Amino acid sequence: MKPVPTAQAPAAADSAAAAPAPAGSLARDVAAAAPALALGDDALVLSHRLGEWAGHAPVLEEEMALANIALDLLGQARVLLSLAGDEDELAYLREERAFRNCQLVEQPNGDFAHTIARQLYFSTYQELLYGQLASESGPLAPLAAKAVKEVAYHRDHAEQWTLRLGDGTEESHERIQRGLTALWRFTGELFEPVPGLDVDLSALHDAWTTRVESVLTRATLTVPQGPSRGAWTAGAGRQGLHTESFGRMLAEMQHLHRSHPGATW
Amino acid sequence: MVTTALEERLRDLAGSVPDPEMPVITLAELGVLRGLRLTGPGQVEVELTPTYTGCPAVETMSADIERVLHDNGIPQVEVRTVLDPPWTTDAITAEGRRKLTEFGIAPPRPTGPAGGPVPLALAIRCPHCGSTETTLLSRFSSTACKALRRCESCREPFDHFKEL
Repeated sequence: MKPVPTAQAPAAADSAAAAPAPAGSLARDVAAAAPALALGDDALVLSHRLGEWAGHAPVLEEEMALANIALDLLGQARVLLSLAGDEDELAYLREERAFRNCQLVEQPNGDFAHTIARQLYFSTYQELLYGQLASESGPLAPLAAKAVKEVAYHRDHAEQWTLRLGDGTEESHERIQRGLTALWRFTGELFEPVPGLDVDLSALHDAWTTRVESVLTRATLTVPQGPSRGAWTAGAGRQGLHTESFGRMLAEMQHLHRSHPGATW
Repeated sequence: MVTTALEERLRDLAGSVPDPEMPVITLAELGVLRGLRLTGPGQVEVELTPTYTGCPAVETMSADIERVLHDNGIPQVEVRTVLDPPWTTDAITAEGRRKLTEFGIAPPRPTGPAGGPVPLALAIRCPHCGSTETTLLSRFSSTACKALRRCESCREPFDHFKEL
């Protein structure tokens, strides 16, 4: 990645909370660093997961759709991570425990229905969250106002596929239901407070639940029962605790940069 | 802001740079050139806004703008990416829309009051035969900004610059 906004001093946001604010133009960004890191990591990690579909999607149109969504998310990640520090260092040189993404986005792709279930949960959340941020005047507002329009297409894509799979064949119905149920326990974390992120989480949660339930009902699917969070999942990703497969994903994502430091083309 | 004649001329030059992915349309027609000002002798700052946050063409656009301004006697060019206010397809000029159609890309419809996908109220016209009998194949196509459609009359697939 080449920095789009001006590259800043290598002040990893992870240490920004503890370290004194760096001087100069970066100081302005420090207040936004923690939430930008959390949301930037969400976008980066999901982008990478969706990128794993390249060459494996069920049809060519979906190959392009998933790659397009991944590209949008990567663009958002670059802007957000640049608010938190140096985008390349943050993406490629952090250890697993320093990532602040929610655990939902790091979950493996599974089958296509599983990926769509993840997309439905996440893009519904992301659209609502960006919508709230865009209406405020904080440092994340310009990016949120821009990205909310892109994410509306991601959410629409996930909804259309949820309807099609849920109300499709017995096999497709069963698969999307299985994905929705398996991922349900990662959804509670989306509504855990993020330090520095000033949003109305209960309003966000209510709107999310209404939206997701409406889609699932129309798709003849069942809203998963059971806890949407467990003691061990509550906010864990935001605190740097991740699930087993995330380490393997990071290894693949980071190995080129780590093996050839400073390489360009 | 007072714009000098030189700034205006340079802005026209920067605006005449073709879009790297759809070279029939210029950056001015695409509506992504936000501003240009002289910050010193031989020194210019340009503001560019991306169509999509992740649009990979931005870097090529910046390089192309720098080159054309260098060629016209401005040694120091700084292209800044700005996000606010967000770009919308409504920023594409009428001439830009005409050229897109000629190029085989159905231009975007006017966007509604809220962002996001527009309900399919207005028909999207096939850029090849002009039929309004077209169907959506995929919301995502060859670039982030386009959807893939097919004409039911002439059966040709075509790109549609989707509303943003």
